[in-house]
Amino acid sequence: MYNFEFVKPGSVAEAVAALKDEEAQPLSGGQTLIPTMKQRLNMPGTLVSLTGIPELVGVSADGGTLTIGGATTHAQVAAEATAYPALAALAGNIGDPAVRNRGTIGGSLANNDPAACYPSAALASGATIVTNVREIAADDYFQGMFTTALDEGEIITGVKFPTPEKANYQKFEQPASRFALTGVFVAKYADGVRVAVTGASEEGVFRWTEAEAALSSNFSADAVDGLTASADGLIGDLHGTPEYRANLIKVLTKRAVAAAA
Amino acid sequence: MTTLTMKVNGKTRTGDAEGRTLLVQFLRDELELTGTHVGCDTSQCGACVVHVNGKPVKSCTMFANEADGAEIVTIEGQAAEDGTLTAVQQAFQDHHGLQCGFCTPGMVMSATALLKENPKPTEADIRHYLEGNICRCTGYHNIIKAIYAASGQDVSSIAAE
Repeated sequence: MYNFEFVKPGSVAEAVAALKDEEAQPLSGGQTLIPTMKQRLNMPGTLVSLTGIPELVGVSADGGTLTIGGATTHAQVAAEATAYPALAALAGNIGDPAVRNRGTIGGSLANNDPAACYPSAALASGATIVTNVREIAADDYFQGMFTTALDEGEIITGVKFPTPEKANYQKFEQPASRFALTGVFVAKYADGVRVAVTGASEEGVFRWTEAEAALSSNFSADAVDGLTASADGLIGDLHGTPEYRANLIKVLTKRAVAAAA
Repeated sequence: MTTLTMKVNGKTRTGDAEGRTLLVQFLRDELELTGTHVGCDTSQCGACVVHVNGKPVKSCTMFANEADGAEIVTIEGQAAEDGTLTAVQQAFQDHHGLQCGFCTPGMVMSATALLKENPKPTEADIRHYLEGNICRCTGYHNIIKAIYAASGQDVSSIAAE
């Protein structure tokens, strides 16, 4: 890979200052960025490490909200997000153990890979993405494949998840990459049910609103029986056609509801 | 170039690294600890697994600079000075848990981390934990047996045909 200057700030303020340099990019766990740099698809002049900043790490539950620091690893979320078991289970099934010890929730959400797990949890939970300058609702945050509402140099400092009454995540794994070929996160709150789908759409994570309406009035797998997820705009590749992914969305939604209920 | 200092297998070691130097390159090229292998260099295969501050990571997907000041344990830090193998290493030998041996450093480091987290894993636990470690020779059965045996459990219950 091309060489770059490595900077390891000890605070968010120092990191923000270092990222003012036009050639600078943030580095979180690096489990996506480093392979990308090896392929010379990305060539930052400076990498600003976010993993040595204590204020960005931690999991805490308070009054129905679970807050996770942006640089918290998947392994730590899996171990400590006990207030939101479906989220802990999702984190504990990303990649493999070694990847989970480096990869972070902030890195995953900032990258917004269309097949990543965390975006579905954030969107289905109506989470709030907290940055060094503002708070962004998940519904406004995800803006298409690898695209988010983040501005240049903006850092995810944390994510706030309202804890649901019931929730479950079902991932149909692409067996080589362990990313979601399709994944569905269902979360039931007092004011309704949210269903978010990852891995399936060319636009990245999205909400299946028809299923949300059906499940909000009847939270059972049968409630989804009469629905059909549209194949329009879904990914078609050697692993599966758009129609195959559309069917997976329905099947996984039913499994998630059955597992949550 | 930056001079990095880390505790590697209990000894304080220093060496120079560029920004782009990966931890595995630092260990192999700078510290000449070549037991840690580079298989795929794309964080798929797990031959490069080492422990950083007690946790297994893929050293091909971490910059050396990120490990400055950390405690690193590699395959060279497993056996005792007199060559006595750890329980995991001995079990790999006893149960023929390797053929060519290329993946073995990563397998041993992952297995050791697993048994620290979960001292009596089931066969399914072991297989799940090794998702990020690829072996192209053995078909995994003897690796699973070795780790099961190293945990002190009776391997006859999972003996592969």
